[in-house]
Amino acid sequence: MSVLIFIDHADGHVKKSSLEALTYGAKVAAQLGTAAEGLLLGTVTEDIAALGKYGVSKIHQVANDTLNHLDTQVYAAAIAEAVTATGATVVIFSHTPTGKAVAARVSAKLKAGLVTGACALPDTSNGFVVKKGVFSGKAFANVSIQTPVKIISLNPNSYMTVAGEGTATVAPLAITVGTAKIKVTAVNKVSGDVPLTEADIVVSGGRGLKGPENWGILLDLAKVLGAATACSRPVGDAHWRPHHEHVGQTGVQVAPNLYIAVGISGAIQHLAGVNRSKIIVVINKDPEAPFFKAADYGIVGDAFEVLPKLTEAIKKMKASA
Amino acid sequence: MKILVCVSKTPDTTSKVAFTDGNTKFDEAGVQWIINPYDEWYSLVRAIELKEKDASVAIHLVTVGGADTEPIIRKALALGGDEAIRVNSDSTDSYYIAAQIAEIAKQGGYDLIFTGKETLDYNGSSIGGMVAELVDAPYISLATKFDLEGTTATVTREIEGGEEVAEVALPVVVSCQKGVAEQRIPNMRGIMAARTKPLKVVEPVAADALTTVVGFELPPAKAGVKLVDAENVEELVRLLHEEAKAI
Ligand SMILES: Cc1cc2nc3c(=O)[nH]c(=O)nc-3n(C[C@H](O)[C@H](O)[C@H](O)COP(=O)(O)OP(=O)(O)OC[C@H]3O[C@@H](n4cnc5c(N)ncnc54)[C@H](O)[C@@H]3O)c2cc1C
Repeated sequence: MSVLIFIDHADGHVKKSSLEALTYGAKVAAQLGTAAEGLLLGTVTEDIAALGKYGVSKIHQVANDTLNHLDTQVYAAAIAEAVTATGATVVIFSHTPTGKAVAARVSAKLKAGLVTGACALPDTSNGFVVKKGVFSGKAFANVSIQTPVKIISLNPNSYMTVAGEGTATVAPLAITVGTAKIKVTAVNKVSGDVPLTEADIVVSGGRGLKGPENWGILLDLAKVLGAATACSRPVGDAHWRPHHEHVGQTGVQVAPNLYIAVGISGAIQHLAGVNRSKIIVVINKDPEAPFFKAADYGIVGDAFEVLPKLTEAIKKMKASA
Repeated sequence: MKILVCVSKTPDTTSKVAFTDGNTKFDEAGVQWIINPYDEWYSLVRAIELKEKDASVAIHLVTVGGADTEPIIRKALALGGDEAIRVNSDSTDSYYIAAQIAEIAKQGGYDLIFTGKETLDYNGSSIGGMVAELVDAPYISLATKFDLEGTTATVTREIEGGEEVAEVALPVVVSCQKGVAEQRIPNMRGIMAARTKPLKVVEPVAADALTTVVGFELPPAKAGVKLVDAENVEELVRLLHEEAKAI
C-alpha cells in the first residue's frame, strides 16, 4: 500500500505540475498513513533525490531514454507494471496533456477507477471521494472510486507546491519497456514564453483590442508580470493570435492565480475556461460587460489608455519593492 | 477504410447549471442538448473531409446513451456519416462507456477511431485513452491537425507549452480539438438524408462501473467586483499587490 506519483518531465526538467502532484500525493499518503513514492520514466538532468523535499520518500526510476518521448501505450504498460511492482493503491497524475492521455489508459489497463481534473484532496473519511470540476468550471462533482486501486489526475494550479526538507532514495526499477508505435518527428515549443496552463498570471485579450497590430500593449503588460498570454475565441478564429492561446469552453482551460481580461465581454463560454482563476481583473470600456460580474477587480475604461499606464505602474511598484 | 466517430450529447453551452434531488442530479429542466462541440466540430467534420477526398471511406457514429440522444445523432448524421450505433445505456462512468465503445470498435474493425478531447459536461478527457487501451491501439490525444497518407496518420498534438508532430500506422485512436477542422452547418439535403440513414440500437455488454458521482456542488459566489477609477491605475496595482497578493 502506497501512493505512487507520476513525475513528468521535458527537456531534462521535472514539470511544475509534477511538483504540485508530488506535494498533493504526499498529503494523500499522510492522510492514509502510508508512504508517498515517485515514478520517473526516462531521464532528467536535475538531481531527482532532491524531490524528497516535496514529501516523497522514494523515487522509482526507469532510466530508459526511449521513455523521454511519449507513447501512451508504452507508458501505460510501464506504469501499470510499476503500480503492481510497488504495490501502490493510489496513483496520482497531473491533468496535463501527458497525464490526461496516460491516466486513462492505465485506468483501463488496471481496471482502476479514475477521477480526472481533481481540485482538492480526496475525502477518505468514508470511502474515497474526489472533488473535480464539471460543466467547464460551472460546478463541482464529488466522485467516489470503488476499485482497490484508485487513480487521480490533479488539475494544474489547484494545489500549491510546498517544499520542505528531505531527500528521496532513488531506486532503479526494472520493467519491460515496449516498442513505441508512435514516432515523434517534430517538437515545436513556443520558446521563451510561459506555457499557458502552467502560468501563475495570464493576460488575455478580446475583440476589444480591435486588431492584431494592437497586441503590443498587452504583450508589454504580460512581460512586466512574467505572464502568459491568452485570447478569446473570435480573436483566435480571426488568427489575430495563435489558436493555442484561445481560452474558454472550447479552448484551453486555465486556472492561474491572476487572470487579467482586456476587451473581453465575458460570454459564458469564455468564463467556462477561466472561472477557476483565483483573482480575475477585468478591463473593459463597457460598464455593463458581463465579465464584471465574475471579476474581483475591474476598471471601466479604454484599454488603449489603461494598459500602458498599468504597465508603467507595475514597473514602478516592482522597482520599489 | 472505416472510421468510428464517438459522439455524445451535452447541455448547450449557455445552459444554466443547477442540480436536483439533494444535489445528486443535473437539472435537465429547460436544457437544450447539443452534440458535444469537440465531437461535432472537430472529429466528425475531419472524418467527413476524409470521406470527401476518398469516397470509399465509411463513417460510423457511436454514442452511449438513452433514447433521448437520438435527436443529436440525427443531427450528426445530417452533417455527414453513413450510419450510427446507439448503445442503450445512461451510464456516466467513463470506463463503462469506454468498454461499450471498445466492443463496437472490435466488432466493426475500424482503422481510425475519433473522439473529442473531452465532453463539456463531465470534462473527463478519458474515453479516448480508455478505448485505445481496451482495443490495444496507439492513442494520440489533443490533436490539432490530422492528416492521412495511405495507412499512415500524421498528427500534430498539443503538449505543454507547444506542439509535437507524430506519425503512426493505423489503426489508431485520436482525440480531436480546435485546429483539426472547422465547424460546419448541416444543409437541407443532409437533414433530409439523415432521416433514412440507419441508426442501430444495441444493448450494452456487461462491464463494471468503477466510479459513481455522489453529489454536485456549485462554486461559491464571487463577493462582487471592486471597481477602480481608470485614472487611478496605481490603486489597482496596490490592491493586487497588498490585498490580493497576486503580483
Ligand atoms: C458553442 C460555443 C462555444 C464557444 N466557446 C468559446 C470559448 O471557448 N472561448 C471564448 O472566448 N468564446 C467562446 N465562444 C464565443 C463567445 O460566446 C463570445 O462570442 C466570445 O467570447 C466573445 O469574444 P470577445 O469577448 O473577445 O468579443 P466581444 O463579445 O465582441 O467583446 C468585446 C469586448 O471588448 C470591449 N471593448 C471594445 N473596445 C474596447 C476598448 N477600447 N477598451 C476596452 N474594452 C473594449 C467591449 O465592450 C466588449 O465587451 C463560444 C460560443 C459558442 C456558441
